[in-house]
Amino acid sequence: MLKSSVEIFRKDFKSELRTKFAFNSLLMFVVVTIIIIKFSLGEDKTDNEILSGLFWIVVFFSASSGLSRVFIKEEEKETSVALKLSTSHPEVLAGKFIFNFALSFLINAVIFVFFIMATGIVIKNFPGFVITFFLGNMGLVSASTIIAAIISKANSKGTLYPVLSFPVLLPLLLSLIEAGKLSTAGVETGRLYSEFLFLFSYTVVVTITSFILFKYIWED
Amino acid sequence: MKAYYKILVFFIISSVCVAGLLVPIDFIPGLGERARNLFFHVPMSWVASVAFLMSMVFSIRYLISKNIDFDIKAHCAAEIGLVFCILGYVTGTIWARVDWGTFFKIDEPRMMSILLLMLIYAAYLILRSSIDEEEKKARLSAVYLIIAFLTVPFFIFIMPRVFPGLHPGSADDTQSPGGGPVVKNEMNTTMRIIFYTSSIGFVMLYVWIYNLRVRIEKLSIKKLRSVAI
Repeated sequence: MLKSSVEIFRKDFKSELRTKFAFNSLLMFVVVTIIIIKFSLGEDKTDNEILSGLFWIVVFFSASSGLSRVFIKEEEKETSVALKLSTSHPEVLAGKFIFNFALSFLINAVIFVFFIMATGIVIKNFPGFVITFFLGNMGLVSASTIIAAIISKANSKGTLYPVLSFPVLLPLLLSLIEAGKLSTAGVETGRLYSEFLFLFSYTVVVTITSFILFKYIWED
Repeated sequence: MKAYYKILVFFIISSVCVAGLLVPIDFIPGLGERARNLFFHVPMSWVASVAFLMSMVFSIRYLISKNIDFDIKAHCAAEIGLVFCILGYVTGTIWARVDWGTFFKIDEPRMMSILLLMLIYAAYLILRSSIDEEEKKARLSAVYLIIAFLTVPFFIFIMPRVFPGLHPGSADDTQSPGGGPVVKNEMNTTMRIIFYTSSIGFVMLYVWIYNLRVRIEKLSIKKLRSVAI
């Protein structure tokens, strides 16, 4: 199973390298968003807690514009039939998970660096923030991928995605904002444990449900 | 629906409306006459939760059996649940205007979570309207509803109890620790009778509306099919 998932990931990676469309458009999106945030903040000194909230907003919107590509691409180029013929459904989902995770991790790392450069946010508990960042990525990818699969079969793909993903991602986002705020304020990692537990269990629950339900989306 | 059922629902709902507004009640400290909203706000919210649970169960049953009737039932339950949720929300905001001084308080967890709950079901209805094929529509919207329902217990039960707020049952609520609303210990016998009658009445009203809605939906699909043939 793992082998064909990795094959699907490699296929997506190769076709991404050919055009670099998803990565470049996301990069531009991130740069534009951070510039807008910088403009709206001006030269005023902003609280670190507010900045960490803004950071997660940038992450959420870049995820909602970038992570839906994996399945929409297959439908637009009509290659989903070929995928259906060659592999079974859990493998497809696992492959798409791996690709989305790589893409989201890369983009969010870029956001992280740009955001620190642009706003000068000071994170007092850096390891805690990195763990939050990692778990947050897992959660975002797990929910976004399955919603992307649903969207790819619907008619109006672009506008529907934020509408559908927002309520599902919101518990995650609230917890992320809370954990990010606490770690920026310098709360030690041990006290963030309950937030980490929530982020982790959210990811596990959504991933398992996705694997159970994906076959109903994928069959036609 | 039998005729006596309709008459019974009519009788219960109208008597609850009259009794809830007119019968003298024992004053709950800090609430006074405003406590009368309890007879309407709480049962409506309960019915909404029950309807949402039903629509999730029907979605699972649709995916197992592929019987289009279950999809119609899930759709209707979600729709009516949304209507009751809006009613509960509106009565809640009116209550909040009187008691807390504002219609909408952004840092009140209960208000936020119920607003997001309504967003989920509005998104579900939008998803349904964006797919044309009947079978595909049923399949995808059932999957979405099950995934979205993962967050519903969080919005209804967890978020309003973990975060501090003004709504009864919040984390810093000293009067009823452990999440029990006012209902638990502050109502006298008269209030309890009206409250439980009202709860039963609203559930019965929901069942009636739901049955009508399912019949309308089935008939319109039947008509569509006969036109197509």
